[in-house]
Amino acid sequence: MSKYRPQAEPIPVPTPVTQPFWDATKEHRLMLQRCANGHTFYYARTHCPECLSSALEWVPASGRGKLYSYTVARRPQSPEFAEDVPYIIAAITLEEGPRMTSLLVDADPDNVVIDGPVEVAWDDVSDAIAMPYFRPV
Amino acid sequence: MRGLTGEAAIVGIAEFAPERKPSRSWMGLEVYSELARLALDDAGLSIHDVDGIITGNNLQEAQMFIPATLIEYMGIESHFSEVLDLGGASGAGAVLRAAAAIEAGLCETVLCIIHTTMPRLNPHASHEKRARDWGGGVWGSPQAEFEIPFGAVQGSYGYAMIANRYRHEYGLTYEQLAKIAVDQRTNALANPKAAFRNTPITIEDVLNSPMIVDPLHLLEIVMPCFGGAAVVVSSKERAARAKNRPAYVVGGGENTTHRSVTYDPDFTHSPIKSAADRAFDMSGVKRSEIDLASLYDCYTITVLLTIEDAGFCAKGDGPKFVEAHDLTYKGDFPINTHGGQLSFGQSGLAGGMSHITEAYLQMTGRAGERQLKRCDTVFVNGNGGIMSEQVSLVLRGG
Repeated sequence: MSKYRPQAEPIPVPTPVTQPFWDATKEHRLMLQRCANGHTFYYARTHCPECLSSALEWVPASGRGKLYSYTVARRPQSPEFAEDVPYIIAAITLEEGPRMTSLLVDADPDNVVIDGPVEVAWDDVSDAIAMPYFRPV
Repeated sequence: MRGLTGEAAIVGIAEFAPERKPSRSWMGLEVYSELARLALDDAGLSIHDVDGIITGNNLQEAQMFIPATLIEYMGIESHFSEVLDLGGASGAGAVLRAAAAIEAGLCETVLCIIHTTMPRLNPHASHEKRARDWGGGVWGSPQAEFEIPFGAVQGSYGYAMIANRYRHEYGLTYEQLAKIAVDQRTNALANPKAAFRNTPITIEDVLNSPMIVDPLHLLEIVMPCFGGAAVVVSSKERAARAKNRPAYVVGGGENTTHRSVTYDPDFTHSPIKSAADRAFDMSGVKRSEIDLASLYDCYTITVLLTIEDAGFCAKGDGPKFVEAHDLTYKGDFPINTHGGQLSFGQSGLAGGMSHITEAYLQMTGRAGERQLKRCDTVFVNGNGGIMSEQVSLVLRGG
């Protein structure tokens, strides 16, 4: 069940490497990774995308950020979103720096503000995963 | 950096008109063979002159060993064989690699062939569909986990996000974007091979077409078709004996920075700039010398960003530029005289080839009603994914 969508599919299928990220979502914690050289990044992987360091630790994100850009899908862009229109696909710049792809929820599609503040809005889509969507603050 | 010295040239082309439904029952091997035959005939060369081949990554009949399969099927002995996976930039990327291989002395004549045919299904077998999101929808891919579940699938949403960011930073009206689609349609009306050769449009038509992903309307989004194209690239010595005027590859540049648009370092300063700067610097050609800009146009916003990032106007001046210039074959700054993919039709992976075939038709004086008065120097840009892969070429007539 989804709080924000008519149905929750497609639900991510974690790999051994990404499992810790999705495990944290169950507790509504948004996790990033940081390498030994201080680069913080999203999404989960084994090597830093700035320096290829493999010395990584998980660090919590504040869940706050700004809307870098968005689009309102007036026609479905994938079959599972057929009943979602209009929905807002968003690129979020997290407070910690990395960008992430998400959905903007609790927002008026005709009044979305680029660079406006947003915060994470969790959606418990299964026993194993909560989706980190975002809403305008 | 040595770079290309202009010792390799395009000497022949062939292209199928883009079709919504294929008129032939051919699969990939047949399409490739016919394109090869036509392009070599255009060049005045034979299959025995070919000693290199570059193809797309999507041959239905061979998921591995694609060049070897084609080499055997067509009877080639190849000294340079490559599959290219640069999406819409594959056409320009193939020509760049062919020129580099020829200049390096690895081979003399390279067949660049890209196609997209409708998959023919074996009636006696069950079928797996190609993974969604341009092959990214497979378990373990970042797209499957961090993009697709958020509705971020294929390309339209990404280009729309780029357009919205551009609007926010620099200002851009719906009318300015629509003008690009309208001018390209005017070009298509003069091209018998164009999918939309019979239907003129106005700015109002574009704005009245359904909004698909804000701010992009239906008529600003490319129509997928089936088709294919081939380009023959050969050495200076061979080019001198070609049927038509050779188009020397005097500059080339390439730049890839990301797969999903979210990780595009800067939505409004695209990776095109680095590719185009490299191509122009290598060629010694000035922007003002370009007679035709053949710019990958999956969406109107792509053309706008390419005009700016290839250096034809300053960053932020693109909207005024498209308003101030007639972009048609009759105009002062011709872009995509074949209609562009928006009005010519996008033959899948081969869509980016149309910008090269049109360049060669114009440079050899064979563009019919839409022929430019002078076309000696052309800039081509190929773009793959969501502004991900960029390949720029500067071509100069011999």
